[in-house]
Amino acid sequence: MRNQRMELVNITIDGKTVEVEKGSTILEAAKLIGVDVPTLCYMNMGDMHIEHKPGGCRICVVEVEGRRNLAPSCVTPVTPGMKVNTHSIRVLNARRTVLELMLSDHPFDCLICAKSGNCDLQSLAQRLGIREIPYQGEHSTYRIDTSPSIIREMDKCIMCRRCETMCNEVQTVGALSAVNRGFDAVVAPAFEMNLDHSPCTYCGQCISVCPTGALTEVDHTRQVINALADPTKTVIVQTAPAVRVALGEEFGMEPGTIVTGKMAAALRKLGFNYVFDTDFAADLTIMEEGAELLGRLNGFLAGDKSVRLPILTSCCPAWVKFFEHNFSDLLDVPSTARSPQQMFGAIAKTYFADKIKVKREDLVVVSIMPCVAKKYECSRDEFAVDGNPDVDFSLSTRELAQFIKQANIDFNSLGDEDFDRPLGESTGAGVIFGTTGGVIEAAVRTAYELQTGKTLDKVDFQQIRGLENVRYASVDVDGFELKIGIAHGLGNARKLLEDVRAGKSEFHAIEIMACPGGCIGGGGQPYHHGDVSILKARAKAIYREDAGKSIRKSHENPYIIQLYNEFLGKPLSDKSHHLLHTHYFDRQDDVFVD
Amino acid sequence: MHLLVCGGTGCRASESDAILENLQSTLAENNLDGEVQVVKTGCFGFCEKGPIVKVMPDNTFYTQVKPEDAKEIVAEHVIKGRKVNRLLYLDPENKEHVADSKHMGFYKKQIRIALRNCGFINPENIDEYISRDGYEALAKCITNMKPQEVIDEIKASGLRGRGGAGFPTGLKWEIASKNAADQKYVVCNADEGDPGAFMDRSVLEGDPHSVIEAMAICGYCMGATKGLVYIRAEYPLAIERLKIAIDQSREYGLLGEDILGTGFAFDLELRYGAGAFVCGEETALIHSMEGLRGEPTVKPPFPAEKGYLGKPSNVNNVETFANIPVIINKGAKWFASLGTEKSKGTKVFALAGKINNVGLIEVPMGTTLREIIFEIGGGIKDGKKFKAVQTGGPSGGCLTEKHLDTPIDYDNLIASGSMMGSGGMIVMDEDDCMVSIAKYYLDFTVEESCGKCTPCRVGNKRLYEILDKITQGNGTMEDIDKLRNLSNVIRDTSLCGLGQTSPNPVLSTLDNFYDEYLAHIKDHKCPAGQCKALMQYVINQEACVGCTACARVCPVNAISGERKKPHTIDTAICIKCGACYEKCKFDAIFIN
Amino acid sequence: MVKVKSLADLKKIKSELQSKLDLREKSEHPEKIVQVKVAMATCGIASGAKQVMDFMIEEFEKRGIDAVVTQTGCMGYCYAEPTIEVTVPGKEPIVFGYVNIQKADTIIEKYVKNGELVDGIIPVNYETIEKQ
Repeated sequence: MRNQRMELVNITIDGKTVEVEKGSTILEAAKLIGVDVPTLCYMNMGDMHIEHKPGGCRICVVEVEGRRNLAPSCVTPVTPGMKVNTHSIRVLNARRTVLELMLSDHPFDCLICAKSGNCDLQSLAQRLGIREIPYQGEHSTYRIDTSPSIIREMDKCIMCRRCETMCNEVQTVGALSAVNRGFDAVVAPAFEMNLDHSPCTYCGQCISVCPTGALTEVDHTRQVINALADPTKTVIVQTAPAVRVALGEEFGMEPGTIVTGKMAAALRKLGFNYVFDTDFAADLTIMEEGAELLGRLNGFLAGDKSVRLPILTSCCPAWVKFFEHNFSDLLDVPSTARSPQQMFGAIAKTYFADKIKVKREDLVVVSIMPCVAKKYECSRDEFAVDGNPDVDFSLSTRELAQFIKQANIDFNSLGDEDFDRPLGESTGAGVIFGTTGGVIEAAVRTAYELQTGKTLDKVDFQQIRGLENVRYASVDVDGFELKIGIAHGLGNARKLLEDVRAGKSEFHAIEIMACPGGCIGGGGQPYHHGDVSILKARAKAIYREDAGKSIRKSHENPYIIQLYNEFLGKPLSDKSHHLLHTHYFDRQDDVFVD
Repeated sequence: MHLLVCGGTGCRASESDAILENLQSTLAENNLDGEVQVVKTGCFGFCEKGPIVKVMPDNTFYTQVKPEDAKEIVAEHVIKGRKVNRLLYLDPENKEHVADSKHMGFYKKQIRIALRNCGFINPENIDEYISRDGYEALAKCITNMKPQEVIDEIKASGLRGRGGAGFPTGLKWEIASKNAADQKYVVCNADEGDPGAFMDRSVLEGDPHSVIEAMAICGYCMGATKGLVYIRAEYPLAIERLKIAIDQSREYGLLGEDILGTGFAFDLELRYGAGAFVCGEETALIHSMEGLRGEPTVKPPFPAEKGYLGKPSNVNNVETFANIPVIINKGAKWFASLGTEKSKGTKVFALAGKINNVGLIEVPMGTTLREIIFEIGGGIKDGKKFKAVQTGGPSGGCLTEKHLDTPIDYDNLIASGSMMGSGGMIVMDEDDCMVSIAKYYLDFTVEESCGKCTPCRVGNKRLYEILDKITQGNGTMEDIDKLRNLSNVIRDTSLCGLGQTSPNPVLSTLDNFYDEYLAHIKDHKCPAGQCKALMQYVINQEACVGCTACARVCPVNAISGERKKPHTIDTAICIKCGACYEKCKFDAIFIN
Repeated sequence: MVKVKSLADLKKIKSELQSKLDLREKSEHPEKIVQVKVAMATCGIASGAKQVMDFMIEEFEKRGIDAVVTQTGCMGYCYAEPTIEVTVPGKEPIVFGYVNIQKADTIIEKYVKNGELVDGIIPVNYETIEKQ
């Protein structure tokens, strides 16, 4: 890249000279020579194009020769000949004092805080060796705001504003922003309304980036334990594809380690009666959504003007809530297929319950999800029969890890076990649901074969994969050019949707995942602390798992075939519609101040 | 003939009333009371040489007049027409008596540039503005000067931002002019937020066209066709007059398309602020105008590069703009002849607090605090002793006796531990407790901090709490160290000017009034008697007659004693309501 | 309203305006035209300047004195609001402070009618740029 003649700047940091690109910050320059300046509010997920540097926490301040005050290294650009000291006495004292101030307005709840051990504030306090807080005074206090998925405990907020960036700039949801001034300033929904009256989609990206315990998921572990302890209940569990490539991180394994077998073993040890796989339901989703896609496509090709294209995927609950709030004029555009979690629940409480002769109310369905919006999804009224939900409880990957630790299970030494049948068998197509682009790739694998009657030789659609925010691909389906759009992150989705609204969209099908990276970067996953390489490793693992499967197309899953034969008939049948499809609501009026 | 006798507080304290009576009676004795009138006037501001008697119409200015001089003034001046030489003002430079007050240097102490039209013209009539050279500077710029020439003129004038930071205005314009963009903006900061400062409001209410004209000139220089005035919604009259002025300028073709046939286009819009102090910071101001949360962002990028709606913008304060037309009309050289080496021109100050002539003044940079307070401001109210003056608003510092002769400019104020700010000047006397004053200002900054950065959000709160603790009598010497360290860190690490300067009142009072802190902490006493928690009501046993009035009025039964015998106050029970103090007819109760 | 189309235009308007003002000051019966400016910034209005202005307009009319009463901005003498500036033709303008309705009445009766000064004059203590 040198030949492009980037302008370079020489600066000295802690006595070492470093040559960096013009426009770099002091922090970036320091990193190049191995100087680790502590940061707190700063967040940079480079490849995802997510950068947050408000320069607000003032932890990363450094001394710049000739400058009157200390410089926040995360936002101060280098200038030629700049001399920087990252740990002079003046810097150390300032940094320490700033942290002491922050801690002076922070509850000492570490013993019972969900974030303990994973808290950036706690780590920093340790790193800077804080042993007492000399500046005591009033604490800011706020009411605890609970919603179906997310708990806001703003007493623990340090105003890093990362959640605000995620919610507004990345997701364009606009549920969270700073309100009030000065000491009372806090991040909250408008007019400090409850989160469940805001346009929040429960994507949980705010939780993913929160450095403290201010934003956490609603913990349902206790309810699950109670169900497991109840002898009258049969408790079954489903695990989403993205969980198996991330759970290992909670037990010290390298990011990207696949722990499917250990996870199944652990769930069985925890006492679940049947350990199933959401991937099975993902295959089922492909059957229904694929059929819907082909139906619309063929209608369109036949000249039917009433056909709505593109079709949008509907497996992501945060995405569903997002379009219900923001694109309520387009409610007939997304696929009506329920998400795999809900398809699983519906089949489990009918087909499977009949099979094992357990009454619906005695069957408890638990899901393990990389997601916190799934908690909200399973609470939606339309996914319950006489008040009995299809999925009773949804736990995040983090909650499962915590549960396993609590139960004294030595996860690392567990042997691999298989899922139970029939709802545990899945194909590679089901697995790749866990990453951005996976759903549409799985759909193409099936739709291609169903449409053309030919066998797809190459099932890996490389052009669909990757972490670019918005991706386009076209697939040759026997001479017809199927145009596909993929977006992850709701802000990116918004762009594609605005095109659809304006009638400018060229696509036949669009996949949307609310979280950057798709479910591997879900709001319920182990904390990545802004490290994109972790997400990349998880995505790779998903494709490795897919490649290792003997069956890689959903319609070839023998248990899916059996399910249709024994119970559903065919895709889009009346029974399918009743159990596997849903409808959407206009939520524009759901936003109100309490 | 008229004899004007100063009736200002200072002169009356030195018996100007007696002078007036003596003059009247002497005139009556000479049967001149019909022809010559004696009139009491407001303060001449020249209290240092008071009492003053001025003879009209010949402008004779007598200083340090005593009641017994009345006879001589009448006998010599009124009757014989000979001036009383020994009473004439003595020019301190050439030691000569000045017979005509018009030649007294005293009048040069104030020169009105920014306020030139305030109180002169009808602000709602553009004609009156035009008749006083209005819009001539704009016309001159756009018809005869290249933008760079105008910028060079402003640069040569040495004008610096009057909003507080003192950045060279010409340079600011030049930077904004060099950033190419399809749209640029001229922004006027009329979000005056310093407590006690109101010069911007006065200019907008008294001379709105000068700001409009200057903004158009700025637009011409930087290549902007749009101007925005960010004005406090709490300034309805200023808003109304500005709107009228904008309409009139449009009607005259002095705003809009093709101004004066030059092809130059410029127009203005108003944006209302909700009076948040932090929105005076230019990036916060821009965000507020964009409809975003009014909080600052880190510079760079500077507004000149990325400002309103991401476009190059130049933000100047009202007073800065008000200087521009004069600089163009009278020339940079003339402007630069006023002021000090690094601070040119004049500065408007809002005098407030314990000073006689509360009001707006405009003095050349380099005027001393003594001149402002004692010569223009008329000295301290009720003849009390001067203690300190707070300059620079809540983020300024308290200056004392030892700073009185320092010529005021941007750099000297900073060197003295304060700052220019927008020109608020609050004078304090011996009754003001400096710890409480620091606490008062911190209370303001705590309230007005946006909350974005940690040191300002939490640090100022902690500073306030420590100061409060000290005024409650619970302070320790360790608290002094904490105050110092916190102040230094807040100054060193805060994101914007608000936090970087908010500890100034603490640091400057610690520097200049350390003894008062010690008195609060070690002796549990407030030397100024302001801190209620440290006050003690005590009964003077000698003076008390035992009337029992105090005991009857005490709401907490803290006073005991037998009838007709001296009473005592139990300080452990006393809530310091002061009811006994008010009630006592024998002045037997005093505050310790 | 005529648009100002050039610098020459502006100068012409200015000289016309100035001569009109001059004319008002140096008319054939200068003793008859009195100019009063009332400081009507927020501070002045808050201290009652509006009532004073209304009173003066009415009273000049009633008492048959040819006078022009206009508003102006803040004169800076906040301690002495309301303030007014009275210019009797041929004389220097004089600023009076603490002007309430009674005071305004006295000013009309004594100063405007008879040239007698009244208490409360605020001495001018600054220079204007014209003198520089």
